[in-house]
Amino acid sequence: MANSSPEIVKSTELKGNTKRSSVLYSQQIAPYFFVFPFIVSFFIFFAYPVFSAITMSFQSVLPGQVEYIGLENYRDLWNPTFMKALWNSTKYTLFTLLVLIPVPLVLAVFLNSKVMVAKNFFRSTLFIPALTSVVVAGTVFRLAFGELEGSLMNTFVMWLGFEKQRWLGQSGLAMFTLVILAAWRWIGVNLLYFMAGLQSIPRELYESADIDGASTWNKFSRITIPLLKPISIYVFTISIYGGYSMFTESYMLWSGNRSPNDIGLTIVGYLYRNGLEQNNLGLGSAVGIALLLITFVITIGQLKLFGMFRKEE
Amino acid sequence: METTIKPKWSPSRVLLLILFSMFAVFALFPIITLTIASFKPAQELMRFGLNLNIDPELFSFKNYSYLFTSESLYLNWYKNSIVITAIYTVLCLLISSMVGYGLAVYQFRFRNTIFALVLITMMVPLEIIILPLYKLSISLQLINSMWGVILPFIAAPLPIFFFRQYASGLPKDFLDAARVDGCTEFGTFFRVIMPLMLPAFSSMAILQALFCWNNFLWPLIVLRTNEQLTIPIGLSTLITPYGNNFDMLISGAVLAIVPILIVFLFFQKYFIEGMTAGGVKG
Repeated sequence: MANSSPEIVKSTELKGNTKRSSVLYSQQIAPYFFVFPFIVSFFIFFAYPVFSAITMSFQSVLPGQVEYIGLENYRDLWNPTFMKALWNSTKYTLFTLLVLIPVPLVLAVFLNSKVMVAKNFFRSTLFIPALTSVVVAGTVFRLAFGELEGSLMNTFVMWLGFEKQRWLGQSGLAMFTLVILAAWRWIGVNLLYFMAGLQSIPRELYESADIDGASTWNKFSRITIPLLKPISIYVFTISIYGGYSMFTESYMLWSGNRSPNDIGLTIVGYLYRNGLEQNNLGLGSAVGIALLLITFVITIGQLKLFGMFRKEE
Repeated sequence: METTIKPKWSPSRVLLLILFSMFAVFALFPIITLTIASFKPAQELMRFGLNLNIDPELFSFKNYSYLFTSESLYLNWYKNSIVITAIYTVLCLLISSMVGYGLAVYQFRFRNTIFALVLITMMVPLEIIILPLYKLSISLQLINSMWGVILPFIAAPLPIFFFRQYASGLPKDFLDAARVDGCTEFGTFFRVIMPLMLPAFSSMAILQALFCWNNFLWPLIVLRTNEQLTIPIGLSTLITPYGNNFDMLISGAVLAIVPILIVFLFFQKYFIEGMTAGGVKG
């Protein structure tokens, strides 16, 4: 390796004897310097907290008094409030998936079609809600879905001939509000993902389908959908993660996690309430580990499912 | 086919335009109503709810001027948000570009292991480690300081991933040339590679700054006193079970979106590249 002429060796082997003395020129040592900050940050701010969350979930953590209590925290999770939080998060995840996959997918296909005009304008406009913080979005939706007769949603439903509603006071309507809020913020983002996916599909496929006389629907179901699979799996995965870890939206809609009858309580909301508001770090950590397990199981299950589809083809 | 000449306003085009206009209205409507509401007195809002009525007699800049009085801490929050976003973005980009480059260009023993660790951090939701991280921040004395908000996240996995992809696409000749010219490995990175990765830096800068500007959960936990808060946390304190300070909340929310909107209008391309960065591996 050492003394061959530099012009013909690959860059990775380019390290003459003359330069070996200096650390600064060493290609053996340099990479460790480059990745060093990540290693440090990984151990301090990721690996240690994960490890600590696991241990704390088996402990009763009080100031100056930490003891192992086995599975007690997990047993304590078996209570109606946590079940409600679990159910709310699950419903929210399912509904957001139902809205945030098909709608952006179809919009992306339309926006990508040759007939469409002002593509960039619409792409950017639909993306604008993603620029707002949950706090801003929560404030608007809280007011727009307010109980007052003059609030936007009540004006709208009364114009349609219905009674005014207490949007944030009833379980079903509260979930509806949360899903609309999610749709508002994320349609534009998922649209971008699907458009990026569409642009990676070779044009020739559609052209040869045209020659074979394929209908628009056939092209959509036989070319577009299968070839969008990788990006769809990605969007699916991040949506499941986002759905199950939703918290700030409900924090903003109901003045800091205090929804009537816990209609807006989510898993992370329950974690926040127990771990931070009531300072029960043991139980809070158990909630966190439960959430980790749920997201892992669902993600793996979903990847398996999509993988099985692949074998069938 | 490309060769067929379509009429300028075919029915399908009109239908699509109507459909997309509806979605565009849905997207912009909340922001427009919020802006209108910010010019009205809060009592109006409490009595009639958020609506589109424009009554010129009620319109005033009172809500905005209140933000700038000494009673309100809004300017303080704004300053905190700017400082935290700036420091976070610079550090995060510097570190993640170095790590991404290191993983892309060099062959070394733990390369694949480290890359696997990057992917693992991407896959675990932050909410899960928030309690131990909070405990850790107490022992590291990071509570109620801007460093507590910044430090835990500067080695962010997504930018590392993005820079790694970008750096592996750079032609190797540049590296060889720099080395032959006697550059150290770090000199090569700072003088040759960084300028080459400028587009990647722009995308990631915008994405990370947006994330930091809007970040909520972690700063909510770390920041304790009113003077230290960032805009989102500060605004959220205006909503309390005992009454809401809507005049300040709404005008403050509008002013918080303005800088992002301006940046977005000028650098849309980078927003879009940054946003889709995570999905390009497919």
